[in-house]
Amino acid sequence: MAESSNEPLKTVVLNDEHVKLGGRMVPFSGYSLPVQYPTGIIAEHKWTREHAGLFDVSHMGPSFVVIDGTPASPDAGHADVAALVEPLVSGDIAGLKPGQLRYTLLLNDEGGTRDDLMIGRSPLYGGSLYVIVNAGTKQADWGLIEARLGSRAKLTRADDGALLALQGPEAVAVLDAILPGVGNLAFMHYGPFDWQGARVIVSRSGYTGEDGFELLCAKEHAATLWNTILADSRVKPIGLGARDSLRLEAGLPLYGHDLDDTVSPIEAGLNFAVSKRRREARDFPGAGRILAELGGELTRVRVGLFVEGAPAREDTTIFDAHGVGIGRVTSGGFSPSLNRAIALGFVTPQHAAPGTRLQVEVRGRMQAAEVTQLPFVPHRYVRKATP
Amino acid sequence: MTTKYTEDHEYIRVEGATGIVGITAYAQDQLGDIVFVELPSVGKVLNKGDEAAVVESVKAASEIYSPASGTVIEVNTALTGEPGLVNQAPDTDGWIYKLRLTNPAELDTLMDDAAYAKHTA
Repeated sequence: MAESSNEPLKTVVLNDEHVKLGGRMVPFSGYSLPVQYPTGIIAEHKWTREHAGLFDVSHMGPSFVVIDGTPASPDAGHADVAALVEPLVSGDIAGLKPGQLRYTLLLNDEGGTRDDLMIGRSPLYGGSLYVIVNAGTKQADWGLIEARLGSRAKLTRADDGALLALQGPEAVAVLDAILPGVGNLAFMHYGPFDWQGARVIVSRSGYTGEDGFELLCAKEHAATLWNTILADSRVKPIGLGARDSLRLEAGLPLYGHDLDDTVSPIEAGLNFAVSKRRREARDFPGAGRILAELGGELTRVRVGLFVEGAPAREDTTIFDAHGVGIGRVTSGGFSPSLNRAIALGFVTPQHAAPGTRLQVEVRGRMQAAEVTQLPFVPHRYVRKATP
Repeated sequence: MTTKYTEDHEYIRVEGATGIVGITAYAQDQLGDIVFVELPSVGKVLNKGDEAAVVESVKAASEIYSPASGTVIEVNTALTGEPGLVNQAPDTDGWIYKLRLTNPAELDTLMDDAAYAKHTA
């Protein structure tokens, strides 16, 4: 993801709130965003794992794709809009149930990943999708989707408001008190909720490995909603620094680092995102390569590493036990939960089994590393709705 | 006992022929939570401006350059288990290494308290 460019930085709707809270504002994906608040990244990280953390992710690209005209039935409308979008992605969009959200990948013809994104089927209307893309890729993604839709459906950007995430074991209790009913949402489902006369789109999803929610609201309500959630003593504001360390512990890839135009879903270990129906139909971009890789023709795979000593940052070379270069780190840092250095990287398949002893070269010195299961810290998603 | 400062926010506290090196309170605040400190080897000979140590925050690694020339005579091994001491007490328990100074005249080129306060204002 582009972290520096000559474009002037955009500010998010909640910029003043971050400044008031003492947020340290840094450039990220073209936006000025808080990397941390005064308590610091480790405290913010741990707070989110133990209580509830509130994140501003308004730099991201929420949008809606709505079919033109009135469909014969909700199911027919969904089938039509899914048929338009599916040729761009790896996932089963047609099979989404009303209100269901799915993580999927926008692919290029070589089977590389243009972006990772979420696509949801409207719980209310047939022929309407909720599509949330990454900040750094949103112009390209939306252009691609619009070109594919032509006049048959319309894409509407919704990135002029605020997109918030409330994550952590106490998120559900906090948010259900503010938006009654959100606790009934199942994991990876979303719906509209009324809040003081405003409509807030809430999904039970996130990027931390914890239970939690993501909320889209119009800009005129953003500050009040942000402050209402923050007024709960179980909630603290969390910056981009902890967002990154949380997602790293959860083993979740970051586009532009662990995923890019050259990395296939299979190399990235995202096989689940290439749905069974699509595999059988071989009807997604790069299907030839991706199906061959599913059959075992792989040259590199994404793994998690425990690193002894100093953190191994992005682009650190990974060596086997004999000192032969076999890969590179794509995201590396420090795990506040485990109090040790962890990394994601790509290695040759014969070195990918958990327990494999490897080495990383940090500042000219070899350090021990070991392949480990992902996630580093177990996910704690709430799969079923609370009764 | 005097303390001098570099433009890169290292301090050196001079006690006789020994200099105690660390990073300033301002620097640790800018870096955020320190999660790892790479210490120099005892006996290492450093010239002023040489890379002497590395301090890593959650986000990034920052090199520490020696404020003066000399031989490393002691390192703060407590930082291996508790790198956060650099945040909690940068001037005291969070020191990084001690140097036997070989050219104390170099210290005249560094900032004193007043100049450093102005530098970080």
